[in-house]
Amino acid sequence: MSTHTFLSVTIHHNMSFFSFGQSAEIDVVLTDAETRKKAEHKTEDGKKDKYFLFYDGETVSGKINITLKNPGKRLEHQGIKIEFVGQIELYYDRGNHHEFVSLVKDLARPGELTQSQTFDFEFTHVEKPYETYTGQNVKLRYFLRATVSRRLNDISKEMDIVVHTLSTYPELNSSIKMEVGIEDCLHIEFEYNKSKYHLKDVIVGKIYFLLVRIKIKHMEIDIIKRETTGTGPSVYHENDTIAKYEIMDGAPVRGESIPIRLFLAGYEMTPTMRDINKKFSVRYYLNLVLIDEEERRYFKQQEITLWRKGDVVRKSMSSQATIGAQRFEGSASSESALEKAAREDSG
Amino acid sequence: MSDPTVADTRRLNSKPQDLTDAYGPPSNFLEIDVYDPQTVGVGRNRFTTYEVRMRTNLPIFKLKDSIVRRRYSDFEWLKNELERDSKIVVPPLPGKALKRLLPFRGDEGIFEEAFIEERRVGLEQFINRIAGHPLAQNERCLHMFLQDESLDRNYIPGKVRDPEARCA
Repeated sequence: MSTHTFLSVTIHHNMSFFSFGQSAEIDVVLTDAETRKKAEHKTEDGKKDKYFLFYDGETVSGKINITLKNPGKRLEHQGIKIEFVGQIELYYDRGNHHEFVSLVKDLARPGELTQSQTFDFEFTHVEKPYETYTGQNVKLRYFLRATVSRRLNDISKEMDIVVHTLSTYPELNSSIKMEVGIEDCLHIEFEYNKSKYHLKDVIVGKIYFLLVRIKIKHMEIDIIKRETTGTGPSVYHENDTIAKYEIMDGAPVRGESIPIRLFLAGYEMTPTMRDINKKFSVRYYLNLVLIDEEERRYFKQQEITLWRKGDVVRKSMSSQATIGAQRFEGSASSESALEKAAREDSG
Repeated sequence: MSDPTVADTRRLNSKPQDLTDAYGPPSNFLEIDVYDPQTVGVGRNRFTTYEVRMRTNLPIFKLKDSIVRRRYSDFEWLKNELERDSKIVVPPLPGKALKRLLPFRGDEGIFEEAFIEERRVGLEQFINRIAGHPLAQNERCLHMFLQDESLDRNYIPGKVRDPEARCA
């Protein structure tokens, strides 16, 4: 699983057509390719692919194999390097990539390769502050890029990785409880058991009818994802209804209580992202919708915070230790414990 | 042995429902019938009126059972008033049938039985949709249309407040 950048593929083909010079193929291989977990991620064109999964603070190490296309011929180069990049790309401003992580390791000084060669690299305890995200108007990605610089054109190879940001159980997680309505027509009290939910959590709630003077046909709860890009005057909001879940069919009367139990694991969602590198936000809302006999819609939107729980938990641990393992904080000191647990878990 | 990582999905506590609420009449009763078309007048000055009967238990309507007679142009008047004064999207009325008003038709034109029935159904659908709209229920013109014997086209448009409502 590796990708060429569009530009380098074009130049590569041109060169092999017009020149009799040497060319090479680069292959990036991670040290822990056998053991590291992969995560699925949907790319911009909608395709789902698997990528190596990393967390904040983890070391990224491996080697690059440079294979000469024409054995026997030398490959002259202006230097060989490998970069680890984390960047944000706004679709309406493709030319500008906003790099928030940029690390480079020089692997070889300018010279020549007489045969295929392998170079080791290690980016130690790399900070990966944000989660990988591919959205409607923006994407955030992390990748390794190995480059063999040459006078006329470089040979390079990119390898995307996926980063997940983990959180601990929030200390404060109050329920959401509110009375809303239209005066003299409809009064309801809605309650959701938490304001912060992890991605495999369950929304438990209820809708209590205080006054019903309209003819309600049914009620549903929708999950809406709102992606906001841009600042100041040019702000774009993209709303996407991730889920529609009917919770009541039929006309309620005063005093009735309708339960809500919505399992989040079945839906493709990301953690809530607020003002990432001042470039974009991804927020989630619960939209309670009541529809009357004449198809009129009455709704109330409420933001919820979604977070990602670390799932490196071993069943043999006591409940205390389980909670301890779940309290993961994205810093280098606890990173080694997580790496160890991950290896033991998949081993 | 319960798994500590499984979420608690038990229902939230709720007040038990009062039985008079559970089994009593619903508070949203509203039914409007448009029926009994009668053609009044003679010759070119004929027109059709319909009986409009409203039965309701909504506190915002002064009368819980009212009967009035209205003609098509009265419904048009109501539609125009609501479009001007309220923020709601007013549903369409059944057609004006201008072609039927032209002379030298083979049939009774706008007094054709099938046409009157079609129009009656459309008017009934229209008024039920409107009267059930919470915002339309605040408009003086709707109350006058449904519950005053005749329309005062020189009335002062305004909002109606529920006589039993608490002040915000």
